[in-house]
Amino acid sequence: MDSEAGHAELRFSGELNFRDASQLSGDVRRLLEPLAGLVRFDLSRVQALDGGSTAVLLELQSELSQRGARAEIVGAEGSVRKLLELYQSRPARLAPLHPEDAGFFDHVGRLTLEWLAELRGMLAFGGDVLAYGLAALRAPRSIHWRDVGGLMERAGVGGLPIVTLVNFLVGLVIGFQSAVQLEQLGADIFLADLVVLSVTRELGPLMTAIVVAGRSGAAYAAELGTMTVSEEIDALETMRLDAYRFLVLPRLLALLIIVPMLTLIADVVGSLGGLVVGVIALDLPVAAYLNEAHFALVDLGSGHHVAMGLLKSVFFGAAIALISCQRGLAARGGAAGVGRATTSAVVTTLFALIILDAGFTILGHVFDF
Amino acid sequence: MIDVEHLSIGFGETVILEDLSFSVQRGEIFVILGGSGSGKTSLLKCMIDLLQPLAGTIRIEGVEKTGLNGGPPSYGVLFQSGALLGSMTLLENVRLPLEKWTPLDNTAIDAIARSKLRLVGLEGFEAYLPAEISGGMKKRAGIARALALESPLLFLDEPSAGLDPVTAVELDDLILTLNSSLGMTMVIVTHELESIFKISRRCIMLDRDARGIIARGDPRELREQASDPRALNFFNRISPGA
Repeated sequence: MDSEAGHAELRFSGELNFRDASQLSGDVRRLLEPLAGLVRFDLSRVQALDGGSTAVLLELQSELSQRGARAEIVGAEGSVRKLLELYQSRPARLAPLHPEDAGFFDHVGRLTLEWLAELRGMLAFGGDVLAYGLAALRAPRSIHWRDVGGLMERAGVGGLPIVTLVNFLVGLVIGFQSAVQLEQLGADIFLADLVVLSVTRELGPLMTAIVVAGRSGAAYAAELGTMTVSEEIDALETMRLDAYRFLVLPRLLALLIIVPMLTLIADVVGSLGGLVVGVIALDLPVAAYLNEAHFALVDLGSGHHVAMGLLKSVFFGAAIALISCQRGLAARGGAAGVGRATTSAVVTTLFALIILDAGFTILGHVFDF
Repeated sequence: MIDVEHLSIGFGETVILEDLSFSVQRGEIFVILGGSGSGKTSLLKCMIDLLQPLAGTIRIEGVEKTGLNGGPPSYGVLFQSGALLGSMTLLENVRLPLEKWTPLDNTAIDAIARSKLRLVGLEGFEAYLPAEISGGMKKRAGIARALALESPLLFLDEPSAGLDPVTAVELDDLILTLNSSLGMTMVIVTHELESIFKISRRCIMLDRDARGIIARGDPRELREQASDPRALNFFNRISPGA
């Protein structure tokens, strides 16, 4: 390096490799302190350089210019000069696909519009499914029935072990939590009432729906999402095979049938969980527990509790199928889009299940059902 | 630069290509062409270590390839779809090999990655996700990523496939510019005849029935005087049944 007052010249030699670019730029920055008014990078002795080194040299030149110095690259010949010219050139810049952000309010506005569009999409989807569902009632053969059996098997038989286990454990946990308190009051027998009513009316349907949302709902969203991004849905449309009839209605029907069936099984195994606690922790005779459970369900509530649970499960099944299918069909942007759609389907479904459950509880209270 | 000798490729009992030999010279654009099912993509996969040959050898710069190893790649690859990682921006996609295989600091990596995107005409698109850009832009970004490690050898799988004619010509121009300015050796798998005539002076043509090469040489000469009638038909767009 030669340095005179207000003038610095850096001479590079040999071969410049991009793997040494960090060291190169560090050395240049160190040598140029304090900064001269005119800086020359002399490349006359450089035998070869690659694209990465060229990019770093040009970046240094730009950085020095921004700091107020005049930076020049001189002496480049042959292939070195050719490469510099290539990297200095500005190929025709393609027009941006959407205008750049104008700021915070632009961002908020865009998010609001996106949210509204999403809401409109969901409402339109619900309306479409309803319209197609009603049309399918008039022409049941238009539904792709062949898939319904398989979908029921996947959601029902496939989900049975986990639904059984989860609900048995839920019955067990409620039983243990209640047994301690009831024993102190001498009200051991009411364990049956507490467990059976909690399970059949609230926890059985809800836990079953959560399991189905995690298994089948996520699978539907991922499946339909993949079909969407790989243009399979478009292919169906071009063959005039409507995605609603072909894909959504079979899934909706499958869950409308399967979720109540799984819920009934959940009611039974959840109650059995309470029975196990009653027998083990409170020394209740099996017959006494069953009699009390029968009294609580049939005589005391006239069967309302089980019916309410089953009614909820029908709505839960519909919510899982509709939300998951809508999210899947709205997937955009390759593998990452499918991942986002699946996550969104599960989260939105769980939120919807809680809202529905709360709604049913309030309505049940208001109408004394 | 690349020497392929007595290469056989297949899956299990099925042999797709048999006893294939050819070489690629340094700095040339070499095209592998053929009809659907002729095995050109399988040959490319062998050359980029994604498929093990049944027999034969591939040497790059005299070094025999022995499958994927743990070291940095000695070549760049443009896949047919661009194969950009969907969760990353274009800049992050190009930065990826530099972060993995170089000791460079963040500033240098950024400068290099941006320069590669500028080189392929994608300045201003650094923050875009692959899903937000067109097919042609994805291929440009794929080329920028393939150039990141300054490999002197680039493999391109169907670069013009699925592009409109104007974008395909622009991509051909970019390939020619990179070849002439950077002196890169390029191996291109394609069956786009216009592209072949424009960018290549040497090619081999594979055929499914022959399970090997049925023509080799300058594509423009082959169009006039290929000895194999299947190659002659292919270069002149004549259906075998016509």
